[in-house]
Amino acid sequence: MKIVYFAWIRERIGVAEEEVVLPAGVLTVGDLLRYLKTQSDNHAAALQAPEVVRVAIDQEHVDHAQPLEGAKEIAIFPPMTGG
Amino acid sequence: MAKFSAAVTGSRIDIAEETRLATPAGEAGAVVTFLGFCRDEGGRLAELELEHYPGMAEREIARILQEATERWSLLSARCLHRYGRVRPGEEIVFLACASTHRQAAFEAAEFVMDFLKTRAPFWKREHLIDGTVGDWVTAKDTDDHSASRWHKL
Repeated sequence: MKIVYFAWIRERIGVAEEEVVLPAGVLTVGDLLRYLKTQSDNHAAALQAPEVVRVAIDQEHVDHAQPLEGAKEIAIFPPMTGG
Repeated sequence: MAKFSAAVTGSRIDIAEETRLATPAGEAGAVVTFLGFCRDEGGRLAELELEHYPGMAEREIARILQEATERWSLLSARCLHRYGRVRPGEEIVFLACASTHRQAAFEAAEFVMDFLKTRAPFWKREHLIDGTVGDWVTAKDTDDHSASRWHKL
């Protein structure tokens, strides 16, 4: 599964995207955020407050309860500041 | 069904040309345009860097425009948003909503901007005159409040 990062989350993690093989039991967006947080110090720094993190699955906004099943690309980013 | 279009661009926006294109000749009684500009932040700011999520940015703006055309009687809606480096005084976003009578175009334009602020995947970072890279701009709670007032009852 491809994960893409933006803005300060991308900078703290240190890569713009990565391929992740999900372990059993990681079923929802919330599970994924908790799992990624354990992957390195950088991930932990980027995702220390998962409640502020926004997520899109295949380019559509989702909430943290959304199941991951069938997702091709998951984007993780801070609240948006365009306009 | 109203025509709507969304685009992201790394170049300056030709405001006069876009306004002309957004005006359906003959039908439109009103075209409301909104322009969002880069401020100089009291002379501190050299440039704003706008990061975006290619693909989703266009799609999300298009989704917001589609919802506006479903909620208001619009003849057309068009929105362009820049990415990359933007200097103070330059435009960041262009929006035009056309309708037969002005009220629909005014309300739809405000709705689109409120949702664009909280849903379109763009992030701003400041580059300062003194050469330092400033912080990522923090999202405002007031933006969420502005968007939430449009929720359907």
